[in-house]
Amino acid sequence: MPSQDSMEPTFSLPIGLPLSSSHSVPLPFPMSHGTTTLAFIFQGGVLAAADTRSSCSGLVACPAAQKILPIHSHLVGTTSGTSADCALWKRILARELRLYQLRHGRRLSTGGAAKLLSHMLQPFKGTELCVAATLCGWDGGEMDDNQMTDVENSASLNLEKAKTQCLSTAVGGQQCFGRERSGPSLYYVCSDGTRLKGTLFSVGSGSPYAYSVLDQGVQWGLTVQEAVSIAREAVFRATYRDAYSGNCVDLYHITSKGWTRRNREDLKEEYYREKERQSGDSQRIMVKDFKGKAFRRMGGEFTAHSLALCRKVQSKSLQLGVKGVDCQSTSRY
Amino acid sequence: MEYLIGIQGPDFVLVAADNVAASSIIQMKHDYDKMFKLSEKILLLCVGEAGDTVQFAEYIQKNVQLYKMRNGYELSPAAAANFTRKNLADYLRSRTPYHVNLLLAGYDEADGPGLYYMDYLSALAKAPFAAHGYGLNRRFILNLPSFNVRLIDREGIHDLEKLTLGAK
Repeated sequence: MPSQDSMEPTFSLPIGLPLSSSHSVPLPFPMSHGTTTLAFIFQGGVLAAADTRSSCSGLVACPAAQKILPIHSHLVGTTSGTSADCALWKRILARELRLYQLRHGRRLSTGGAAKLLSHMLQPFKGTELCVAATLCGWDGGEMDDNQMTDVENSASLNLEKAKTQCLSTAVGGQQCFGRERSGPSLYYVCSDGTRLKGTLFSVGSGSPYAYSVLDQGVQWGLTVQEAVSIAREAVFRATYRDAYSGNCVDLYHITSKGWTRRNREDLKEEYYREKERQSGDSQRIMVKDFKGKAFRRMGGEFTAHSLALCRKVQSKSLQLGVKGVDCQSTSRY
Repeated sequence: MEYLIGIQGPDFVLVAADNVAASSIIQMKHDYDKMFKLSEKILLLCVGEAGDTVQFAEYIQKNVQLYKMRNGYELSPAAAANFTRKNLADYLRSRTPYHVNLLLAGYDEADGPGLYYMDYLSALAKAPFAAHGYGLNRRFILNLPSFNVRLIDREGIHDLEKLTLGAK
């Protein structure tokens, strides 16, 4: 396999060695995942948001796709990359997590789920498989008090036994069950093998735009309302500029009680609201009296209307004998 | 561009690694730790291809810990370095080579401090100072705002103050 770096050896390396990227065909732009998804941790839990446009070689294949897939009651995954791959691997992950829960009597932590997904994707490294997911979940410790069934009851007794055994044979470096921290957690897993723990991630072609909004506004102390509005704004900004993101926004909020989904919101509304605000701002009429002080300001919907109003005010003021009235329409159209 | 550097002193080894975890042009994390603790006095620094680094480094880490569990004493840095190199060489000649560049730094009671340089073609060299930068000329040059710095000496591994270059 020829390569362009002068440091490369002259013998050909096996095909499975991706030197610069895992794609064999050069991409037109660095981000190949046509989407905008984001997730962040704050004091109220984890918030995940994504757009709903599914694109396929330059056309919108589906304007109402679902990019945030629930995996179990306390874990949600955002998907980016190839839709089919993401949907399949999320289902496989859900199956494996459920099996783990039945066998061990407790939910696997988000970090463990991320590790599991990463290991399952590892044999496909170097192929066309493309999955970039953020796993957003709430680790509840060993037992979920609300949902104990008979199976879990007996499994949890086994767990107690196993825990005591584990503690008694502890050797340096061995990890025991009780070391998980409970609370919100967020992991980014990619099919190229990356697995990162963090507090804020955005994935996809629209992620630079989303990052700019999120880096500005996300802090630990946000209220749920503020966090939702920041997430919505970030997705909106990304869809505004990125051709591969658009249509609606999905928002999921994960707390200790599980995930809740907000109604899907059409960003078209947001776009038109903003357009109206912009047009309202730019059409202000300043009417000054002869001493140069502005005593009236009006906003107007249409340029023509505001100009007509200007003329009316001027003529009226002339009639009344007020001198030095200056009427300007500062519309930028 | 990722960066690793190691310097061996008379009775210590000093190592530093940058903190950036990048995906294409975006920095996904600013506080990513590229050092893996193999044992009380051995650190493995690992850069290279995205998933390969963590996969390979954790594989070596767990195997070194397994050796200690089985035998009751730890591998020396020289032995750990040769073990790592052997694994890298074996995988290189398979269908799934690991594209990782490594620095292994350790302190041995008998031999003193040691710094080992390894690259993805499983070359191994014990050197007084060494560095790795991921330098294919197609890469974007990323700013590296901060570095983790650690020191290994007779007492073990010590965290030193993080280096932050430029305005935070």
